[in-house]
Amino acid sequence: MDHAAGMSIDPRVFEAMKPYFLENYGNPSSSHSSGATARNALMESRDEVARLVGAEKPDEVIFTSGGTESNNLAIKGVAYRNREKGNHIITTTIEHISVINICKNLQKQGFQITYIPVDKKGLVDPKRLKDAITPRTILISVMYANGEIGTVQPIKEIGQIAHRNQIYFHVDAVAAAGKVPINVEEENIDLLSISSNDTYGPKGIGALYIKKGTRIQPVIQGGGQERGLRSGTENIPGIVGMGKAAEIAQKEMVAEGRRLSQLRDKLIKGVLDRIERSYLNGHPTRRLPNNANLRFSYIEGESLILGLDMLGIQVSSGSACTSKTLEPSHVLLAIGLAHEEAHGSLVFTLGKQNSEENVDYVLEVLPGVVKRLRSMSPLTPKEMLR
Amino acid sequence: MNPRNVGEIPDADGVGTVGNPVCGDLMTVYIRVKDDRLAEVKFKTFGCGAAIATSSMITELAKGKTIEEALKITRGDVADSLGGLPPIKMHCSNLAADALHAAIEDYMKKREKKSKNR
Repeated sequence: MDHAAGMSIDPRVFEAMKPYFLENYGNPSSSHSSGATARNALMESRDEVARLVGAEKPDEVIFTSGGTESNNLAIKGVAYRNREKGNHIITTTIEHISVINICKNLQKQGFQITYIPVDKKGLVDPKRLKDAITPRTILISVMYANGEIGTVQPIKEIGQIAHRNQIYFHVDAVAAAGKVPINVEEENIDLLSISSNDTYGPKGIGALYIKKGTRIQPVIQGGGQERGLRSGTENIPGIVGMGKAAEIAQKEMVAEGRRLSQLRDKLIKGVLDRIERSYLNGHPTRRLPNNANLRFSYIEGESLILGLDMLGIQVSSGSACTSKTLEPSHVLLAIGLAHEEAHGSLVFTLGKQNSEENVDYVLEVLPGVVKRLRSMSPLTPKEMLR
Repeated sequence: MNPRNVGEIPDADGVGTVGNPVCGDLMTVYIRVKDDRLAEVKFKTFGCGAAIATSSMITELAKGKTIEEALKITRGDVADSLGGLPPIKMHCSNLAADALHAAIEDYMKKREKKSKNR
């Protein structure tokens, strides 16, 4: 139940990609018929991704190497291009680490960044964001939904604020695309990042939607592919995979979302009922359909992961021990958790490979794992050990 | 994951607690001393897999040793007995060794107090 970290691509995506390795291996920049086949594939995939996000024109979609690169292009590309207009960027404290680090990097280059805090459930207050706007603000970047705690932001409202103040609005939709319907036109979004692997497509491919007229410059220089905004020979098999994944997502999103929400809610309710001193992280209702982030007092996440892994269940955690930097998740700290609470968190991200049996199994064995770790912990109060 | 010697020793001769739940690791080691040897060693840990493993290992290494021998157990011994630890987890083994030494120091302080009160 760790789909957020890595999931098998949809077999239909794999089938769609296969011909582009050994048979249709042309380069879209070539003038001959092999190139034409590649160009068609590129065009069709672009159409699908554009449709997935509600873009008016397919060529508003640029392909990149993934969500991180899309975020780099969106934020740096707009920041550098609009530098004479202003140097202030507004974002939030729970953005993906790529956005946080991009902003920190821009700070070193003289840009001013305001990180709007979130409430205990992870929601941004649009009014607070509006109050942070200055005449030098050139970009607002807020994620559609947080992949760790599942909270879905009031994007339409924030988009309206950005639009009224003529500030570019970037949305990192990596965790949300393909899971909840997105419409860049209706939601006043100027730039939108998505990634293929979060929609059952191959890893190493993403896209950035850029509304026509947006002043932006490329981050990667080269031969001028993707309208000059993202040079480099296109990863045709990957792009075809992403296009197919986008097509499937459009068709199956609503039904799958409903299925996953039911499993998610069963899991959450089951855990909160069965295990004392367990809590839900993130918003209870404005939540991604596949995400259940739960925390358990007195014990630590990595040992929970190991305990569950030995029983065949794979999950993730926001604890320091599981991060490269040995810091607990900045998202959990941003919603006001104390360090030891952040350490005791588990993230379940459900997906196509999960069934109701899986959820029942977790509910059966998790209490035992928690109990065992609690018996080992010096923090557990004596009454709980009986 | 089958840690040995989990638990507390009521009226322990020495108790040592190190670490900090803020950092994500808290270890407590309990010892009972008889004839200058560690007759019983138990531990409780809030922490990751490596933290639990290292604290369990140190109780195994310390059991039955004399005070002097136990004080000589280093973080390196703990890591080696586990077959090595990844560098990012080495601080967990430091904690285990420190917890044991803290328990022994606590025992020695208590003993000092007892002899002073005669």
